[in-house]
Amino acid sequence: MRFGGLTAVRSVDFTVNAGEIVGLIGPNGAGKTTFFNCLTGLYVPTEGTVSYKGTVLPPKPHLVTQAGIARTFQNIRLFANMTVLENVLVGRHTRTKEGLWSALLRGPGFKKAEHASEERAMELLEFIGLAHKRDHLARNLPYGEQRKLEIARALASEPGLLLLDEPTAGMNPQETRATEELVFAIRDKGIAVLLIEHDMRFVFNLSDRVAVLVQGEKLVEGTSEVVQADERVIAAYLGEPFEGDPGEAEAAEVEAAEAAADATSSTKGEAK
Amino acid sequence: MTETTKTPAPDAVPTPPALRGLIRLPSSAARALVLGGGIATAASAFLAWTWTDEFPGDLTINGYPGGLQWLTFTAGVLTALFALAAYGIRGLGWLLPARNNAPLVLGALGGFSVTWFTVIAISVELGGVVNLEPGGWVAAIASLLPVIGAFALPQERTGTDGTKEALKAYVAKPDRIPAARATAPWVQRAVITVVTIIGLGVFTYGIDTEYGELFVGYLFVVVFAMWALHTAGLLDRFSALVAANRSFTLAMGFAAAIAFPFTQTDDHYANIGVNILIFGTVALGLNIVVGLAGLLDLGYVAFLGVGAYTAALVSGSEFSTISGVHLPFWASALAGAAASLVFGVLIGAPTLRLRGDYLAIVTLGFGEIFRIAVNNMDGQSGPDVTNGPNGIPSIPDLKIFGFNFGQAHDIGGFTLGRFANYYLLMVLIMAIVVLVYTRAADSRIGRSWIAIREDETAATAMGINGFRVKLIAFALGAALAGLAGTVSAHVTYSVVPTPYQFAGSTPPNSAFLLAAVVLGGMGTVAGPLLGAALLYLLPEKLVFLQEKSLLAFGIALILLMRFRPEGIIANRRRQLEFHETGQLDVPKQTTLTDEPAVTKAGA
Ligand SMILES: Nc1ncnc2c1ncn2[C@@H]1O[C@H](COP(=O)(O)OP(=O)(O)OP(=O)(O)O)[C@@H](O)[C@H]1O
Ligand SMILES: [Mg+2]
Repeated sequence: MRFGGLTAVRSVDFTVNAGEIVGLIGPNGAGKTTFFNCLTGLYVPTEGTVSYKGTVLPPKPHLVTQAGIARTFQNIRLFANMTVLENVLVGRHTRTKEGLWSALLRGPGFKKAEHASEERAMELLEFIGLAHKRDHLARNLPYGEQRKLEIARALASEPGLLLLDEPTAGMNPQETRATEELVFAIRDKGIAVLLIEHDMRFVFNLSDRVAVLVQGEKLVEGTSEVVQADERVIAAYLGEPFEGDPGEAEAAEVEAAEAAADATSSTKGEAK
Repeated sequence: MTETTKTPAPDAVPTPPALRGLIRLPSSAARALVLGGGIATAASAFLAWTWTDEFPGDLTINGYPGGLQWLTFTAGVLTALFALAAYGIRGLGWLLPARNNAPLVLGALGGFSVTWFTVIAISVELGGVVNLEPGGWVAAIASLLPVIGAFALPQERTGTDGTKEALKAYVAKPDRIPAARATAPWVQRAVITVVTIIGLGVFTYGIDTEYGELFVGYLFVVVFAMWALHTAGLLDRFSALVAANRSFTLAMGFAAAIAFPFTQTDDHYANIGVNILIFGTVALGLNIVVGLAGLLDLGYVAFLGVGAYTAALVSGSEFSTISGVHLPFWASALAGAAASLVFGVLIGAPTLRLRGDYLAIVTLGFGEIFRIAVNNMDGQSGPDVTNGPNGIPSIPDLKIFGFNFGQAHDIGGFTLGRFANYYLLMVLIMAIVVLVYTRAADSRIGRSWIAIREDETAATAMGINGFRVKLIAFALGAALAGLAGTVSAHVTYSVVPTPYQFAGSTPPNSAFLLAAVVLGGMGTVAGPLLGAALLYLLPEKLVFLQEKSLLAFGIALILLMRFRPEGIIANRRRQLEFHETGQLDVPKQTTLTDEPAVTKAGA
């Protein structure tokens, strides 16, 4: 994926298997969110394809969701002036069919479908723990609940793969732990989860596999242990003491990597 | 508000200034002044204010109020009632659920404004204050008293932060209105019925005002009275009642609308009524596009034009270019709606891929293209379809099942003239449009419109085909406008290109339609209808504004957007009250300051 002269994501080959939790980490500006946007059709990748269950997906967000990939956003994008329940009902859009005519004529089919949708949405709200706030406006929810609601809204489209972009950003430790439980619970429903996160403990606890993206390229991919042990990752990212003191050389490497990461993010300004 | 009030202990010497009024008076005297002044104001309406009946409304008779005096009387009575309720008189407690003073202030201001407006208007129009009888002076002084009294009432929120804040606190609604006691359903329905009847009365009075001064005075009283009721919390309570009895209220609303022509003796006012209905119906159609789907359409009036021209062409008018064709009304109504729908799709398909300002500009262009094209399809500069600027005159009156809309009919002792007939037809059409609007809004498709309006990117990522649902909104709005257009062609006898422009001094034009929606309240049913009524009546009644009316509307719209950006009638979404958490619906500004929290975590 290129923005003008800036290559944000370059030849990243990546597979998520059914029922898996996969973590995607990388320094700021590494291209993680851009990668998500390519997957969900919000950006049309300059090269490459996204396939889901063997079919290549067109770069159209609504068709991607229809196919079974749902997502949340790094900077929460709820429908602020809709109620909690309505937000989830919107998530059900692709799984319902009632068009304008049936809305105007209000036949029994319409009532049944609306009823079923509401029931399903309420189930999800129960699951996420927001059922008691169904009639609140989304924008009046506390921050952590807004993140949860975004997940519920994404789940409403009955996805096979859920993409979470920094689901714990801005959460306190308790909320983060609750989110961890939630992700496991989602996986137990048979939904594969791909998540971007900066909270390392969270990622390594959760993920079956972790991939590291640095400057738009995939550096390593493997189990938590493999990635944690990989020196390049430590160099590129985990600048803190990690299982023993880093030597002088590593520290220098980390600094260099940080400088490089800074350079990437400053490219953004120039690219604009 | 009252809950936070500390009862002023008489022995506490350093009384906090916060509990004093702006004008220093003992609060018992202030209260008495409001009550006495209110009664005096009402009574002064029975005096002669001027010596000659040259001033419209004949204010010369002692003992019987005329014209503007009735308005003074009403405002005086309202003030007195609020004052009595503030005294805690039994049976009036419901008037002041929050026991606050703002309604007294606003009631007093209503009486003051209409009385002083009248007195000043008499002096100006007749040339000098000598034209005032003693009664006029009495009225002016009497209406000033309650204002003084009201501003002397203690005001909890004054504090030390300046006169501006203090003044604001006098006219603001308290944060918390005590919840109403639960009432039996029949009581609720009775209340709604009574309010509907009063509403019909007030509305009819406004339409029937015969001269500009009376309409201005009427606006003063209505605005201040509604404001007073709002700050008293009565409007909130009423909307709660409405929310609990939605279909009953809708039925009552339509009953009132149907009753209107029966209250009229002059067909001229039915003409105003039918034009308001046409304008309001189109505004409601636009509300789907703007209020629900959030698409700023600046050329919407073109769809009204398409409907009107279609109906005119198939009406059997001898000037129609296909004059041989004479379709029955149901067919021409469908043809008009269908033609508009086709135009909506044709215009929407290329333009709806644009967002925001670009869409607005392109729709503005298409709106003008329609008018210019119609102007030129006269057989010389283009194909002969619309007779160019001459339009299609002598459109015959409708006949449905042998009922001739052009003739007056006697129904149950009431005579319904030509316009009253069309008015009733328009009520039917409006009912259809209201039904379409409410049903569409509360459905899967309506939710997807609102989602698109809220955040188009997120909506598409939730699986909504943005282009498709926007096109549906656009086409539906167009079809409804076209439907209204078919009636409007018959009402006005002829269709010409001029009304279908972007901006003009009289409705309907795209700017006025949009203003009606925004002014009345986007995303509501009643809002655009109210906005349309206001925007139609103002230029109609205030003849003296004529060429300056656009300027006046501009100013009014700016003021409204500054002080009540949600429009006169606020959307349910902006009014949701939350029980357990006590979170109030935060206004826009607060959301903006909340933003950094979001960006910080999400950057
Ligand atoms: N629409 C765009 N136009 C131009 N450049 C973009 C665009 N979106 C992203 N970029 C650039 O692509 C690079 C990758 O950004 P991206 O948002 O994917 O990073 P990220 O890994 O999600 O970072 P963070 O951890 O901070 O969220 C950045 O340099 C960014 O400035
Ligand atoms: Mg990101």
